Amino acid sequence: MKIKVKVNGAWREDEVEPRLLLVHYLRDVAGLTGTHIGCETSICGACTVLVNGEAVKSCTLFAVQADGAEILTIEGLAPDGQLHPLQQGFWEEHGLQCGFCTPGMILASYQLLKRNPHPSPEEIRQGLEGNLCRCTGYQHIVKAVEWAAARMSS
Amino acid sequence: MATCKYDWPEAAERHLIGKPISRIDGPAKSSGRAKYTYDINRPGMLFGKVLRCPHAHAKVTSIDISEAKNLPGVKAVRVIQGEGKEILWGGDEIACVAAVSEEVAEDAIRRIKVQYEELPFLVNEEDLERAQSQGHTRAPSVQTKGDPDKAFADPDVVISEGYYGAPVITHCCLETHGQVTEYDGSDHLRVWISTQGVSTIPQQFAEVLGLPATHVEAICDYIGGGFGSKFQIDRWGVECARLSKDAGGKAVKLMLERDAELKVAGTRPSAFAKVKVAAKKDGTLVAWQSEAWGTGGVAGAGVPPLPYVLEGIPNQSKKYTAVSTNTGGARAWRAPNHPQAAVLTLCALDDLAAKLEMDPIEFLTKNTGLAPEHLGETYNDELAKVAELSEWKKYWHPRGRGGSGRIRRGLGVSIHTWGGRGHNSNCDVLIQPDGSVEVRLGSQDLGTGTRTVIAIVAAETLGLPVEAIKVTLGDSRYPYSGASGGSTTVGGVSASTRRGSVDARDQLFAAVAPALGVPPDQLEAAAGHIRVKGNPAKSLSWKQACARLGTKTIQATGKNPGPCELGSSGVGGAQVADVSVDTETGRIKVNRMIAAQDCGLIIDMKTAESQVYGAMIMGISYALFEERVMDDQTGIMLNPNMEFYKLATIGDIPEFIVHMMTGPQYDRRGVIGLGEPPVISPGAAISNAVANAIGVRVPTLPLTPDKVLAALEKA
Amino acid sequence: MQAFEYARPKTAQEAVALLASEWGKSELLAGGSDLLSRMKDDVSAPQRIVSLSGVHELRGIAASARGLRLGALVTLDELETHPAVREHYAGIAQAVEQVGGPQIRNVGTVGGNLCQRPRCWYYRNGFGLLATYKGRPLVPDGDNRYHAIFGNEGPAYFVSPSSLAPILIALGASLRLLGPDGPRDLPVEQFFVTPKSEAEREHAIKPNEVITEVLVPPANGTKSGFYEILQKESLDWPLAMAAVALQMEGRRVEKARVVLGQVAPVPWPSAEAEEALKGKMVSEEVAEEAGRAAASKATPLSKNKYKVQLARVAVKRAVLLAAGLVKKGEV
Repeated sequence: MKIKVKVNGAWREDEVEPRLLLVHYLRDVAGLTGTHIGCETSICGACTVLVNGEAVKSCTLFAVQADGAEILTIEGLAPDGQLHPLQQGFWEEHGLQCGFCTPGMILASYQLLKRNPHPSPEEIRQGLEGNLCRCTGYQHIVKAVEWAAARMSS
Repeated sequence: MATCKYDWPEAAERHLIGKPISRIDGPAKSSGRAKYTYDINRPGMLFGKVLRCPHAHAKVTSIDISEAKNLPGVKAVRVIQGEGKEILWGGDEIACVAAVSEEVAEDAIRRIKVQYEELPFLVNEEDLERAQSQGHTRAPSVQTKGDPDKAFADPDVVISEGYYGAPVITHCCLETHGQVTEYDGSDHLRVWISTQGVSTIPQQFAEVLGLPATHVEAICDYIGGGFGSKFQIDRWGVECARLSKDAGGKAVKLMLERDAELKVAGTRPSAFAKVKVAAKKDGTLVAWQSEAWGTGGVAGAGVPPLPYVLEGIPNQSKKYTAVSTNTGGARAWRAPNHPQAAVLTLCALDDLAAKLEMDPIEFLTKNTGLAPEHLGETYNDELAKVAELSEWKKYWHPRGRGGSGRIRRGLGVSIHTWGGRGHNSNCDVLIQPDGSVEVRLGSQDLGTGTRTVIAIVAAETLGLPVEAIKVTLGDSRYPYSGASGGSTTVGGVSASTRRGSVDARDQLFAAVAPALGVPPDQLEAAAGHIRVKGNPAKSLSWKQACARLGTKTIQATGKNPGPCELGSSGVGGAQVADVSVDTETGRIKVNRMIAAQDCGLIIDMKTAESQVYGAMIMGISYALFEERVMDDQTGIMLNPNMEFYKLATIGDIPEFIVHMMTGPQYDRRGVIGLGEPPVISPGAAISNAVANAIGVRVPTLPLTPDKVLAALEKA
Repeated sequence: MQAFEYARPKTAQEAVALLASEWGKSELLAGGSDLLSRMKDDVSAPQRIVSLSGVHELRGIAASARGLRLGALVTLDELETHPAVREHYAGIAQAVEQVGGPQIRNVGTVGGNLCQRPRCWYYRNGFGLLATYKGRPLVPDGDNRYHAIFGNEGPAYFVSPSSLAPILIALGASLRLLGPDGPRDLPVEQFFVTPKSEAEREHAIKPNEVITEVLVPPANGTKSGFYEILQKESLDWPLAMAAVALQMEGRRVEKARVVLGQVAPVPWPSAEAEEALKGKMVSEEVAEEAGRAAASKATPLSKNKYKVQLARVAVKRAVLLAAGLVKKGEV
């Protein structure tokens, strides 16, 4: 099937098999490997991207479901190499170790801050409850989001 | 004063070492630019998939791959274990394919026809008698020290007996195992592999494939977790290479699916034990008796070191039985055997302290003399520190006196130990005439901060900022550096980098000494300058100094081990868990975890602390949630997914208080590894906190609501 | 995942026409969270997928004097954040706010939540909805820690996973199905059935029917509450849940509806708990008594006795929440 999607601001058209998952489309067809595959079953959140502004788990969507949609991946957050405050925050506050969950965490945080620009630590934890991290201890992730929230509102 | 030329700088002279420094790979990771093995895409790349045995124990009676071979898009099909082969665990590899897409590869796998003769199996081991009656146990190992019978018979001792255990869990790395192989006609293999040991990969492939190791290049820039499970090339790695060769040298990507990852890519062995332990009424430990068993798959398990830490208990009787089960095999899991040993020992000791009506911190402090030589004092300091930081005196209460309310709070403590001596490491330190500096080595950064500590050590030695150092690792063409296991990396790479950087710096001193009019030994590298000691005005900027090299690049090789003691081995560590238990639902909420951890001289405070934080979430995860569930009737793993193989989420993780032990007595020991020790104590500390809260022991991990409610009912 | 044909109708009528008249051949796709997982595990392998994303008539929440109309494609996130839902149907908002995580709630739909298939680990590992192996049922002697404690006389032992169903039943909601012969209405309670053979499903929907909307009667002051017990804080399947709707006269209960979830192959209304509440002034003790009554007839399996206790506590806490005696987070 032919699909047309706007990925990180640029429209593209591709012929895809209906069973192609959105995450495979982004990684293997569009070449955007910053979106990772962790659990493959909509649990871990490593594959989180934004579709029409809403965070989704791209391992559990078909690419054809995104036909006509605007997609934001981690690569689109820093298009000119200038880190987004969230990306900066995850670095500064050590919100990452192995880094595999990081792109998904950042995009889930992006939706969170869009909906609630000044979240409490508790609200950050709720906003990120759909993402798993195996190695940072989470506490630094909360701090990273707080750091970004402060930076974005100043 | 430094007495050996490579010695670490004295505290007052350290500008970077020991400070909290952000990791240098942060931007690559937070921007999605970091390429993990999973992210490697090569021109014309094929996708590999593996057919796995659905039975726990079976014989392959026939296999037919013809339909798979004929499917359009399929480029290679291989039988891995064909007719007549006995398969000993579910998920073991039977055949594999390479095809133009993942989807076609899956279609091909579905077209492979295999017949099995199912054979009897055992997949669960907690019932030792059943395992014995089915012939699944090995001859027990028995050890005795002193006179345990006499010690237990002493009427003046207090004895506590209990049953404790920790089940089989998995590593569940967020990035699964796998590789991309390019095995071309000239018999050269290039492999991008998710590994903890870049330098050790070529030899492994060379042996199996009959190639010179020099024909194999292994690459791993970034890795999404390993935790001890990613040292081997694995059978699927070898087959991936062969698929590439069969497909004419095209690259083949074969990453494990999550279910395969959980079934076959490594577990932590279980450990269960009946423990009896005795102390004098003043709390002095006198006797230990344990009958322990566990499984690590077909090959049995690693033996937990019992009694843990307090190994000097004078009278001991120990029996250990390895159980062989038809399950995926064990691998090193962050601090192999220690978390299990901590659960079996520290929970038993906690029960004894409760029986003695002693505060468990006082009880442990009284007995730290039984720990290996130098650690007794460290433990006392660390126990005092966690008592202080947790406000132990304020929140702790004698067992079971946590009130009668629905929510009961309790505190528990545990201690642990680990080696952590630096591994063999070689590196090249290059200083270019334009002033740029690079450290190259065949190491890997598991996310622990290896790149960052290398940069810090080189920058400190050369008097430069951290950003001035380029660290190149993750490729086996660079100097050999050991695998990242046993918490050996930071000690190894920081020592090799220090030695290489000192030598490179000295070569630079020699080159610029004439210009500054002093002998080289009168020079120092600091604040971006090469300057005369005691006369900082007499200096050259780093760039000016390097320009003096003309066209000559400095290249110095650093090694570990090598001259001057830069590291040692043997750390302690203490942790307190603070929990609340909902006695109506059996749910446990960890309120706080408090850790005191030593690791000798700390290179980067930020990445060091982060290891402790990360270890504690893994600890909470295995204490409360993680468990491989095997089905007795079908022999399959029932939870090979992250839905029912439960990992702690952000809401499950409480406030952490991490205290790194620092000061001259720790600096003196040099650099010691840290990745593993802090993951050892949480299981025991949390179990002890729950016992403290509800007044009764929940015998085995994970501490699930059903077990908590059952324990409460019994109480 | 096996290949399939992907159809994207523009109307519900077209969708119905695209569905096969027997199970297994076609599947409806809304958010896809459940369907894709089943397809990846080869538990479902439809030849055709009928995507509802272009069927706009299935969207939208309408709150009026006639009650609440929820289009089948309303997302759980829309439901959770809708002001009228939060104000008048607290139990609905409470029921969805912990489903899956934010990403799942962004795509998960009302219809999908009702139609999702059980999470029984034997089913998901390929042993069929009724979990049999070599002709024997696996659950009674197997690892049944997460299985049913009510309605588990066999052959079905799985638990109904829907978080929305119990509260919708408690509120007396019905749903509208569209099939080849036109629409029909069904109380949500009757939508869930216990299958007696592998050929049957746990939903009273025909293979070629589509849920178009859910209709919740006017709240008229009915107080509702929902409480679930998960082991983890999130990304976890509840071990037990309870939905309660109370018609009150002051603090006295005129009529109560109590429906448990995750405890039986269908959402499990508890007449015992309803009886225990009727005519009573709600208090901690009365709530406790309702919980005890709800659990009284449980028939746990070998490894899930603890769920009886959890069901009891879930009912008690849902009653307290519904009556407003405690706030979420205090129980």
